[in-house]
Amino acid sequence: MESGRPDRDSELREVDQVTIRFAGDSGDGMQLAGSQFTSTSAIIGNDVATFPDFPAEIRAPAGSLPGVSSFQIHFASHDIFTPGDQPDVLVAMNPAALKTNLRDLPAGGKIIVNVDEFNEANLKKAGYTANPLEDGSLRGYQVFKAPITRMNARALESSGLGAQQIGRSKNFFALGLMYWLYDRPLDPTLRWIDEKFAKNEVVREANKATLRAGYHYGETTEIFAVHYHVPPAHLAPGHYRNITGNEAAALGFLTASRLAGRPLFYGSYPITPASDILHELARFKNFGVRTFQAEDEIAAIGAAIGAAYGGALALTGTSGPGFALKSEAIGLAVMTELPLVIINVQRAGPSTGMPSKAEQADLLQAMFGRNGESPVAILAPATPADCFTLAIEAFRIAVKYMTPVVYLSDAYLANGSEPWRIPSLDDLPRIDAHFASDQEAFQPYSRDPETLARPWAIPGTPGLEHRIGGLEKADITGNVSYDQDNHHRMVTLRAEKVARIAQEIPDTEVFGDREGDLLVLGWGSAYGPIRSAVIRAQRNGQAVSHAHVRHVNPLPPDLGDVIAGFRQVLIPEVNLGQLRLLIRARYLVDAQGLNIVAGRPFHVREIESAIQQLVAPGRKARVHA
Amino acid sequence: MPETAPVVLTRKDFVSDQEVRWCPGCGDYAILAQIQKVMPDLGIPRENIVFVSGIGCSSRLPYYMETYGFHSIHGRAPTIASGLKASRPELHVWVITGDGDALSIGGNHLLHVMRRNIDITIVLFNNQIYGLTKGQYSPTTEFGKRTKSSPFGVIDTPLQPLSVALGAEASLVARSIDRDVHHLAATLERAARHKGTSFVEVYQNCVIFNDGAFDAFAEKDVRPDNTLQLEHGKPMVFGKERNKGIRLAGLRPEVVDIGKNGVGETDLLVHDEQAADPTLANLLARMHFPEYPVPVGVFRAVERPPYEDLMQEQIDHAIATQGPGNLEALFHEGDTWIVEG
Repeated sequence: MESGRPDRDSELREVDQVTIRFAGDSGDGMQLAGSQFTSTSAIIGNDVATFPDFPAEIRAPAGSLPGVSSFQIHFASHDIFTPGDQPDVLVAMNPAALKTNLRDLPAGGKIIVNVDEFNEANLKKAGYTANPLEDGSLRGYQVFKAPITRMNARALESSGLGAQQIGRSKNFFALGLMYWLYDRPLDPTLRWIDEKFAKNEVVREANKATLRAGYHYGETTEIFAVHYHVPPAHLAPGHYRNITGNEAAALGFLTASRLAGRPLFYGSYPITPASDILHELARFKNFGVRTFQAEDEIAAIGAAIGAAYGGALALTGTSGPGFALKSEAIGLAVMTELPLVIINVQRAGPSTGMPSKAEQADLLQAMFGRNGESPVAILAPATPADCFTLAIEAFRIAVKYMTPVVYLSDAYLANGSEPWRIPSLDDLPRIDAHFASDQEAFQPYSRDPETLARPWAIPGTPGLEHRIGGLEKADITGNVSYDQDNHHRMVTLRAEKVARIAQEIPDTEVFGDREGDLLVLGWGSAYGPIRSAVIRAQRNGQAVSHAHVRHVNPLPPDLGDVIAGFRQVLIPEVNLGQLRLLIRARYLVDAQGLNIVAGRPFHVREIESAIQQLVAPGRKARVHA
Repeated sequence: MPETAPVVLTRKDFVSDQEVRWCPGCGDYAILAQIQKVMPDLGIPRENIVFVSGIGCSSRLPYYMETYGFHSIHGRAPTIASGLKASRPELHVWVITGDGDALSIGGNHLLHVMRRNIDITIVLFNNQIYGLTKGQYSPTTEFGKRTKSSPFGVIDTPLQPLSVALGAEASLVARSIDRDVHHLAATLERAARHKGTSFVEVYQNCVIFNDGAFDAFAEKDVRPDNTLQLEHGKPMVFGKERNKGIRLAGLRPEVVDIGKNGVGETDLLVHDEQAADPTLANLLARMHFPEYPVPVGVFRAVERPPYEDLMQEQIDHAIATQGPGNLEALFHEGDTWIVEG
């Protein structure tokens, strides 16, 4: 695995994968350094997966523990599915960053510290009574002390920037150093700086100068005896770009509008971690996208329902607390049978919870969180790039079945990124969005015999004037009805309509054999860690397979058969067992759960260990039943 | 949409086949009748008209109109109307609401639709009571009133709907009375023709739970003496004998007798609904019976670009400057790379 070759004074060693975590104060630009490192790694052909982790506070006090922001990137010369359980390398820009991140570093891991920030004041803010760089407490790690603040200041002393502005460039110095250490080119970031700071020559030149200075510092200093090369991965041929889940979802919704030939309307109220979708879509004015920043979550969905009624592809987006506020209006969309997509970028709850942290705990809210029998379709993307594909699928279903569709993303998918193979528009499925126009045959609540969808009859169509609303509708005519038999029939019809979506869901892909000792069943962002853990189990020769549901309601029609092929079923999810509850109820199967609700995605080793408890002979399962 | 040949419509063309289910004698009938009467004069094809409502007695109105209609959920009609109008600016959109729907559960939406100046017509049926839920006090019920939910008297200060509308920058603000059918029709027509959000408060009698609430000034025989008909550019004169007027005394209006104590028409306030400054409209909105006659008519009517026009302008400008959106180019935005097969 390691094929060393000498390069100047430092040996260049080849490795197949590395995980780096940049950690610093939230004002230190760690997200920027991390995302630049990601883009560069992707451009040179590595597979990449990232995990940004930042405080919900915009600027917590500098140097404090709550103010630490980090960005983890896993890059490899092979297919990878997660941003890595543990970093191999921690870049700590101050004592608080070291303190909050050290526990994730394995024994023997590398720590690159900005030694200049380990002064008395910063140590105190981080709660250190002694300097960890001097008291021997880091003996189990490889510590590299780099004077990043001073070196950056020296590189920029004649830049024309003030002291404070110079301090803001030190993330580029650290990035340059990491580029040298992991043998990456500077060009992509230099190009990015040119574009980003096109109008500010002083800042532009300063950032470029310190990026280069960091790189040269690595080259000339003697503290690193080895540096590393990670060769390109073998990805499927095609054009690629790096994409986050929120970017992919926004692009997907825009693409759906093109595929349907209908304008996109987005009603939203700012909320972490969904706001980026609003920012993205607001950029697309020349595509005719109408973004409506509403006065509250309810107005956002109300406006989307109004737009859907008018014939737009209507979308509303939010996160858990906002999704709760939208519940009543989702019920209205169920009753009026209008096409509507609601994206919920889940975050840690309940209530305000932990706004920037990931969780998968809104599934039952999406399923059942409304009054009455109020069925909706539910989709859940598995990876950041999958957010694109399912955005199109969400509108296809919404329009074809005239139903609200809930799209459950989460903070991990939204902010995480991976390479996305850019599709050709011609390869994407058209969405058949057609309106009723036949005056003779029109009945507001007549139904398509195949899908049970009612006609989409939009205002402006002569002769189809009719009234809809939240009161129960008489079958066919859509008039208000309190008739008991009619109500039962309509409740059943609405449920059956959503159930029929299953007729189009493709067979479940099983990774591994279709029969065996254990099926690990997942949904949403648990995909990456599950897949990695299952690969390891299969390498051990264990009969373990992975199936992942992206259509969560209705479930794929063959899922029961898939489950029946395995002796046991394990469902890891970042909640206390929500999919498990549905699977148990639906298939009467004794599925086991792995449930760690810590505001972060699973570590691969956690799932690996749960698998071992279930498949290793003679060991009693310790997972939740 | 297909072009529709101009057809002369009548009031009956706007009457739907649904049976009207308000209590006999309810003021809502008169408002429905005037809306149906005004419709043909507006010359808008039926298919381009949409009535959106929330919850409450008034909100049943869309069922009775032979147009498109959306009877939505409590308080949210302005949101649905906003999304509809923003995405389909060519439609003629009305919001029918009541004092509870608009000012209580939907208060926030009411404010924001007006400040955005979305080109819709809002008709607020103000009966100062919750009717559909059978007689609880509403946000406009008078202080101290005993109702089913306030057996010892209301302790909430009522909202002034027109002050709320003016505070939220509505570009047309008006008031009328269910029983004054000619005035009501004229006011509704003004509102419907206005470009931007128009807000019409209609004093509407609830025969069951708040009967007679407005009789002291709304009944035909007392109306001339106890209401002030606002007319743009005209001095504020009222009374059966047209012998009373409103004069400004410092920062307060006062009722004066024309021809007495040397007061002439030139001393009276002259109504200016188009004043850029809303002070006069605010002052009129705070005039309450019995200290003052109740002002009715258009308080304020100013021109301001509607939200959906500004939205369309931004789209047009983006297309003009950046060219129509190129999706393939957007896919390839930023750094991309090729993996060879």
